[in-house]
Amino acid sequence: MYDIEALYEATSEAEAIRLMQQYPTAKLIAGGSDILIQIREGKLAGCTLISIQKLDSLRGVSMDEDGTLRIKPLTSFSHITKDPLIKKHFRVLGEAVDTAGGPQIRNIATIGGNICNGVTSSDSGSTLVAYDAITELTSPDGVRRLPIQEFYTGPGKVALKPYELLTAILIKKESYENCEGHYIKYAMREAMDIATLGCSVNVRLSDDKTIVERMRVGFAVAAPVPIRAKSAEAAAKGMPVSCKTINAAAKAALLDVSPRTSWRASKELRLQLVEELTKRAFEQAIILAGGEL
Amino acid sequence: MQKQLVRCTINGKETETYVDVRASLTDMLRNEYKLTSVKKGCEVGECGACTVIIDGECYNSCIYLAIWADGKNIRTLESLLGPNGELSDIQQAFIDEGAVQCGFCTPGFIMTALEILESGREYTREELRKQLAGHLCRCTGYENIYKAVEKTLKKRKAQSANK
Amino acid sequence: MSVGKSVPRVDAFDKVTGRAKYTDDLIEKGALIAKVLHSTIANGIVVKMDISEASAIPGVVKIITCFDVPDIPFATAGHPWALEKSHQDVADRHLLNRRVRLYGDDIAAVIAEDEVAASRALRAIKVEYEQYPHVLSPEAAMAEGASQLHKDYPKNILAHTSFEDGDFDSAILEEGLIKIEGTYETPMVQHCHIELPISYAYMEAGRIVVVSATQIPHITRRVVAQALGLPWGKIRVIKPYLGGGFGNRQDVLYEPLNAYLSQQVGGRLVKLELTREETFYATRVRHAMKFHLTSYVRPNGRIVARKCTVLSNQGAYASHGHSVTSKSMTVFRQLYNDEKAKKIEGYTVYTNMPSAGAMRAYGVPQAIFAVESHAEDIITRLNLDPIRFRQMNMMPVGYHDPFSKNVNYFDSFNQCMEKGMEYIGWNEKRALYKNQKGPVRRGIGMSLSWYNTGVWPISLEISSCRMLINEDGSLQMQLGETEIGQGADTAFSQMAAETLGVRFADVHIISTQDTDTTPFGLGAYGSRQTYVAGFAIKQTALILKQKILKYAEKLEHKMACDMDIVSGNIVLKSNGTVLRSLAALAEEAAYSMEHAEHLTAESTYQCKSNAYSFGCSFAEVEVDIPLGKVKILDIINVHDCGQLINPQLAEAQVHGGMSMSIGYGLGEQMLFDEKTGRLLNDNLLDYKLGTLLDHPHLEAQFVENYEPSSAYGTKGLGEPPAIPCASAIRNAVLNATGVAVNTIPLTPHRLFPAFKDAGLI
Repeated sequence: MYDIEALYEATSEAEAIRLMQQYPTAKLIAGGSDILIQIREGKLAGCTLISIQKLDSLRGVSMDEDGTLRIKPLTSFSHITKDPLIKKHFRVLGEAVDTAGGPQIRNIATIGGNICNGVTSSDSGSTLVAYDAITELTSPDGVRRLPIQEFYTGPGKVALKPYELLTAILIKKESYENCEGHYIKYAMREAMDIATLGCSVNVRLSDDKTIVERMRVGFAVAAPVPIRAKSAEAAAKGMPVSCKTINAAAKAALLDVSPRTSWRASKELRLQLVEELTKRAFEQAIILAGGEL
Repeated sequence: MQKQLVRCTINGKETETYVDVRASLTDMLRNEYKLTSVKKGCEVGECGACTVIIDGECYNSCIYLAIWADGKNIRTLESLLGPNGELSDIQQAFIDEGAVQCGFCTPGFIMTALEILESGREYTREELRKQLAGHLCRCTGYENIYKAVEKTLKKRKAQSANK
Repeated sequence: MSVGKSVPRVDAFDKVTGRAKYTDDLIEKGALIAKVLHSTIANGIVVKMDISEASAIPGVVKIITCFDVPDIPFATAGHPWALEKSHQDVADRHLLNRRVRLYGDDIAAVIAEDEVAASRALRAIKVEYEQYPHVLSPEAAMAEGASQLHKDYPKNILAHTSFEDGDFDSAILEEGLIKIEGTYETPMVQHCHIELPISYAYMEAGRIVVVSATQIPHITRRVVAQALGLPWGKIRVIKPYLGGGFGNRQDVLYEPLNAYLSQQVGGRLVKLELTREETFYATRVRHAMKFHLTSYVRPNGRIVARKCTVLSNQGAYASHGHSVTSKSMTVFRQLYNDEKAKKIEGYTVYTNMPSAGAMRAYGVPQAIFAVESHAEDIITRLNLDPIRFRQMNMMPVGYHDPFSKNVNYFDSFNQCMEKGMEYIGWNEKRALYKNQKGPVRRGIGMSLSWYNTGVWPISLEISSCRMLINEDGSLQMQLGETEIGQGADTAFSQMAAETLGVRFADVHIISTQDTDTTPFGLGAYGSRQTYVAGFAIKQTALILKQKILKYAEKLEHKMACDMDIVSGNIVLKSNGTVLRSLAALAEEAAYSMEHAEHLTAESTYQCKSNAYSFGCSFAEVEVDIPLGKVKILDIINVHDCGQLINPQLAEAQVHGGMSMSIGYGLGEQMLFDEKTGRLLNDNLLDYKLGTLLDHPHLEAQFVENYEPSSAYGTKGLGEPPAIPCASAIRNAVLNATGVAVNTIPLTPHRLFPAFKDAGLI
């Protein structure tokens, strides 16, 4: 039994927004795998909830006319992994969210909830930043779009304004086209764990597969929020497909990260992982893209 | 205390009851319907003992609000026994392979196994292991649980090939 | 014949259908809910508590604080009561404690209509403390000026014992000895049974009934009575199916408080279930230990003398206390046969940490980790063969322990090692993994395992059994020994079927213990049950058999000594002719108008023996050096636990123990905030209990030397499998990388700096 003061179920996006206006201190609950746990811990005990769990209009993955992938926020991790469009165009995201928790968690956890809680250890966040995802935010004032890197404003904090709802995550065609990505989650267990460090690399190779035209890398737990490592990307851009390029990018990644020591892991271990995982994820992405090392 | 009507199908039977909005699905199944196979081991979705199938997918019912069950088709371990009390293949396999010890994680594990078996998919060893990794067991080291599921999968495959 | 067969568990059907009833499944609707308020300081005194706001919360029935409870200190360890005062467990806690000794001590309890009201009340209680500096390690606790936790224990030393065999000081004077030293540390870990600690209590006929998930119903009755200051007979304890114990429930946890709370609300039904978080800090844990070993060895590997110091972290309350450390010390004494001398001293020290109690293998996993890691350090330093070293120094066949009277009858160690070596490909892989380079390396390691069976002669060993023949010739059986998941009920049923001569399917064991109706027994611990209960079952079955045959005399006009019971039939011994079925006899006995008789037997067996249970583990690992990760490629445990009663269940028991030992070696540990003493990872996300994906295939094999002292040739197996994997893995990592890590678990947090220091990263 959860210590919930009151609960309102929204039957449409508009009603969700209206309920948010009516109960400004209420918490939005989607899948529940975070909110319910915080209620139980006492952090949110006695709160009022607005449930959007049943808003099927916010579920699913589709493609806009311009080729933009549209991922609705209530899509569960397991549905993202199974989705044909994701499999075809954005496989690494499906693989990344498939490392979260265990099967039951992946059935309940939503991608929207995973980024709206603003945690750096999110298994979707590093891949989404590495693909320049754009958040679509809907409020009584209309719809606005915000790059995901700006959506994350600090640990546990996101740029949602009052009465604003995340209604889609967009990936532009130019972001995913001709790209192959690989995500490595480093955790203490092989399942049911949060990342000690997560690294998502994607590459676009030249037609002859010898040059790295573009490389992007996103990290989980390497900074207060999921981040991109621009120095690493710059170090790889236009360089030949080689171990040297990989090593240089991995070294450069260290310039972009700022992990901290916590009881879960030391900064030193995380720095070691930044370099090592960048190497391994980059290498794997190259192989997936048809490159040879 | 706020209550809400929840109409759903539980183990093949249409039901309705007024539920405290604060209740988890575990609470509802155990308290309102006496489905005590749904076990409570952590209440935060870490142990998997409370796993039930909702519309064909496995969920930790402890972190699923009871009111969300409205309109859903829910299955618990109690639904597996045949009309004459016969065990299903997966239950029998758990017995045959010695996959049961204290028995507390068993109901949840069998529900996940059921989702796997009903998926109609084929699994590599690693895929199967991954699908079973959402449950914690302290007694078995998972060795015989894995064997029971793998064996049943193979058996069902052979059966469907013979048909 | 029933013993030795892999018959299915007697409780399997109920468990795979969800029908098996555990404590929480039996509670009536409308139970009151109790929750415990835990201190938010690690060391100090509760000065004042304000419950006014909390009491006013709707649904709150009653709040009891540490100022309200009776001043009766009590002990919680699940040991048999000792008549001798000096042998009794240390009574150092109250139902609720004013004197706070750990972060999370029990200081108040709320009884409410539902759990939300109870939780709200917990948050609304205001507590004022006087705080003292806390001590988290034995070293800090023993230091000059450290805050003293219990008034009778200066320097916080709960106990300090030592022994010396031979003359250590002169032994080390031998010329040419090589001195090798090492310090080895093991972590505090938790049992993590999946069923939470739970009980409920109510009053009936002027007595308190406690239904509890306990391993030790009769001991629990005694401790509840002692804690409440009531005559023992005023308490009735019922133990339903249990979701795992592993020693945590060989302690009386919250049953006394639960009983007291019910008493305080006029005997209404009160349920007290802990959360997973509370389970971690407020129940029991495995003692963290630190060993310093110094060995004097000849260049050929023969150990001449060793000495050892053990520091054991007891935590806030005594629980099983120094008994656990003593058992660790016995490993040091017995596993290796020092040629001239050995010397050890052990300290069990109170700290402001969760209380350490019994946990599967009771101090031995700690000691084996130290002794077997140290053995490998000697082997590495002197470039010896690990198997040869052990053969040269291990307990010899024929060894006789004057204290326990245990005898090493067989060549178990060699037989076990042979099987392990063959399975894992020891010789080939030792050769293959020499001189590796590169970031990913493989290694192979092993460890011996030593254990006893039961607790004689340190404590009482007794078991009682009641049998009765139903009118259809089937058997009903009750024992005080408990089913906690290990399969005891099945093994007991097999034994009964075997001795009485009935079919296994005709044995109906009553799984639930109820101290009102179950014959006296001690419960599940010390790997004792198949051994000790075996005597009681055999004895009772023989008495019953005699009664049945006596009854058959009247019907068959043959001498009882000429008849036997085989497969549920009364037969003529000489040629096996079936005279009549036991069913027919039982019906006659029950309803005969001439000579009706209730065919029952009940007897108690006091066991005054013990038996060694030996084994070993071999592990093959792959170490990813840059990632600081160890992957187990293959692992095997081989055990000689005598005759197997049920090979499939025995194998399953080994799997579970190996899993626990692997977790001990690689992932599990409780982490504390040094500043506050608060447990940081009190949940199953942050406490790294392995999932299926974290487990390799677990190979379990046996050597079956029929134990001469045992009723059915069997001896301890419940705990031994949890002993040797951690050290085997540690030794395999050493073999792979050349890096000896002396503190477990071997997490990346520990391996990364170690590899860095060794220049591997």
